[in-house]
Amino acid sequence: MMAEAGLAALWLAAAMALLQLAGGLTLLRGGAGQLTPLIKPAAIVQGALCVFSFFALMYLFTITDLSVLLVASNSHIDKPMIFKLAGTWGNHEGSMLLWVTILSVSGAAIALIEKRIDARTLQVTLAVQAFIALGFFAFLLFSSNPFERLTPAPAQGAGLNPLLQDIGLAFHPPTLYFGYVGLSVAFSFAVAAMLTRQVGPAFARAMRPWVLGAWIFLTLGITAGSYWAYYELGWGGWWFWDPVENASLMPWLAATALLHSVSVLATRNALRAWTIMLALVAFAMSMAGTFLVRSGILTSVHAFAVDPERGSFILALMLVYTSLAFIIFALRIGTVKQGEPFQLLSREGGIVANNIFLSVILAVVLIGTLYPLAAEAMGDKISVGPPYFNKTTAPIALLLMLALLLGPMLRWRRDDIKRHKYWLVGFFAIILWSGVALWKFAPDIGIFPMLGLAFALALAVAAWVPLKGRKLLRTPLPVFGMVIAHFGLAVSVFGMASESGFSKETLTALAPGESAKVAGWQVKLADVNPVVGDNWVAIEGEIVARTGGRSFVLRPQSRQFFQPEMQTSEAALLTRWNGQLYAVIAQPDENGDGRWQVRLWWKPFVSFIWLGGVLVALGGLIALLGRMFRRAKKPAKNRWSEA
Amino acid sequence: MNRSWLLWLPLAVVAFLGGWFIYGLVAPKDDLVHSAMVGKALPEFALPPATTGVEGLSNGDMKDGTPRLLNIFASWCIPCKAEAPQLDALKKAGAEIDAIAIRDKPEDVAAFLSEFGNPYRRIGADSEMAIQLKLGSSGVPETYVIGGDGTILYQHIGDIREEHVPMLLEKLRSAR
Repeated sequence: MMAEAGLAALWLAAAMALLQLAGGLTLLRGGAGQLTPLIKPAAIVQGALCVFSFFALMYLFTITDLSVLLVASNSHIDKPMIFKLAGTWGNHEGSMLLWVTILSVSGAAIALIEKRIDARTLQVTLAVQAFIALGFFAFLLFSSNPFERLTPAPAQGAGLNPLLQDIGLAFHPPTLYFGYVGLSVAFSFAVAAMLTRQVGPAFARAMRPWVLGAWIFLTLGITAGSYWAYYELGWGGWWFWDPVENASLMPWLAATALLHSVSVLATRNALRAWTIMLALVAFAMSMAGTFLVRSGILTSVHAFAVDPERGSFILALMLVYTSLAFIIFALRIGTVKQGEPFQLLSREGGIVANNIFLSVILAVVLIGTLYPLAAEAMGDKISVGPPYFNKTTAPIALLLMLALLLGPMLRWRRDDIKRHKYWLVGFFAIILWSGVALWKFAPDIGIFPMLGLAFALALAVAAWVPLKGRKLLRTPLPVFGMVIAHFGLAVSVFGMASESGFSKETLTALAPGESAKVAGWQVKLADVNPVVGDNWVAIEGEIVARTGGRSFVLRPQSRQFFQPEMQTSEAALLTRWNGQLYAVIAQPDENGDGRWQVRLWWKPFVSFIWLGGVLVALGGLIALLGRMFRRAKKPAKNRWSEA
Repeated sequence: MNRSWLLWLPLAVVAFLGGWFIYGLVAPKDDLVHSAMVGKALPEFALPPATTGVEGLSNGDMKDGTPRLLNIFASWCIPCKAEAPQLDALKKAGAEIDAIAIRDKPEDVAAFLSEFGNPYRRIGADSEMAIQLKLGSSGVPETYVIGGDGTILYQHIGDIREEHVPMLLEKLRSAR
């Protein structure tokens, strides 16, 4: 019964989207239209119906209703409750339903709270949102119905990919979806602003919180995904330049650039066409990312998500949305007037530098990700690995950090470099001092880790400079947000550089009672025991790690899942203030001699990578709260509100 | 100054990428990876003996006209223990096998050989994985078929299972 209700709600929601689209079209054709007043209510009803539909599916997973095909093939009666819930979106149909639900809810939110742009642009924005949603509704209703029944119902259910039976799953895909959908809202705003010729500060202010929100989620999603790969895959690395990781990084790069350029548009009414362009690219990148993950045209660790047929559907949607948007761009952007002028050395100039560097990194990552595909078309099989990406992105990222030392200090419109000479000398001294110190004491860590550490230290200081001379209590929250996000970047880069420069690794086979050494740690395999979980069995190593007279116990596992059958390794991590000890144990072969393969890493300051990522997202959150709070306090005092 | 064509550039990029993606979806997928080193001569190397009582290995040793197997192994590698019976079977069937021990200690190699038998003619020690990388091998165990003139004919990645034994013997036979 619940399944049928959910499906019916989905059909009704699609009808609401169609209504919005029709209303938007009549509006653009010049008619006042009887449909126009219906756009906003339709958006709100659509959001409510989708939420109902999603919770209906979640309910079916909670009670493990095995007469529903999706539940039967992705869940199991013995699965822990949290993974039953996560199972709702841990599969293709459910994740598409989640996507369209978030999309519709944001449409409803725009309809309910957005007051800053004119009514026409708002209505067209909702129509564009509805147009995007219709593609996904068609996908769900015609080819991936999540509520399909299965007769006869099986007794147990098939289970969920064991790699995904991890608490991280409960957050990772939904987080990315919030990010992607936020970018779709920015996309809709941009298309609508072009169509109604309202590209200006008011539009930028309306779009900014969505970009900011999307960017916070993408930052968290990437940070969490990186940490998941780090402890679940058991390879000891935190970023593999895997196509799927790149697919999440590219929208983030575009969104980061957009976040900065939209500020220029909102504050200074400059960079109009460029901001529109970035809004379109950011959403195109998130669609391309989804496509690359789902289609399987690139081989990656996320192979569980692959299905070529669905891939082609997403590809078709992506091509329709982005080509239409870029056709509108080509036809309309010429009519967007030149924005306010500014000098090279100014806040705007700094943000342009940020945008250029980010765009170059984006292009480099895109080319590297797609290159194997091109090579295959020419009959050559290659994979582009970390050496390419590290060598190409690291120098640009370092340049970006250099620009970031000065950029936030600059004044809008024009500035004088002499005003900042003491700071510049100070930063240069930090870089030189730490560079020389590293050169002397750790000459063999490589040039990028060395520069990364030096620049990170300088940035850790420079990030706080914008607060200088301000009364802290009267400083706007977005400034604090910026400072914290930039400081978080410094923290993260410090972790990355330290991890890649100073990690120590030992691979050994130990019998219980034997010891190994890694980077000042005396590590003893005390015992190996079998352990049993809900739907897996494992061998668990008891590893005693000693350093400086203190000892700690680590318990890495090698798990054997039975439904479906699969082995995973659960790394054990020991976090100290100055780094992590990372231990992995492997199942022995049957012909073994009682020794176990143990892999140990000492990774100095590795946790700074994710700590920094969280700080960056926190900065974004503070800025977002600041914008929302300020808006609530004094809504009409916008100098540009009717530009 | 008319630069309106520039405005169509993003659309052209989208169309190009779209076409590329469609090609990627439609084109037949072949995930089999062929080793880049197959068909090439062995790199130059001269490795010391991996333990007492065995001879070291140089690329010259493998150029004496007899096709051989070259087994990359290590005493700390568990699949290498699993493939020991298959190596033994290959030796009994007449195959000559040379080996390179990776990142190993002489006493560990000796213990490994005494426990699992020694099917090898020569064993070189590659303590820094330098030769392993030059051979295009990324892990242990791997087994190469080397022609009598020192050319790499085939690369088998992973442990040798029972079903691989006839295949490797056939490769050796056709190399004669």
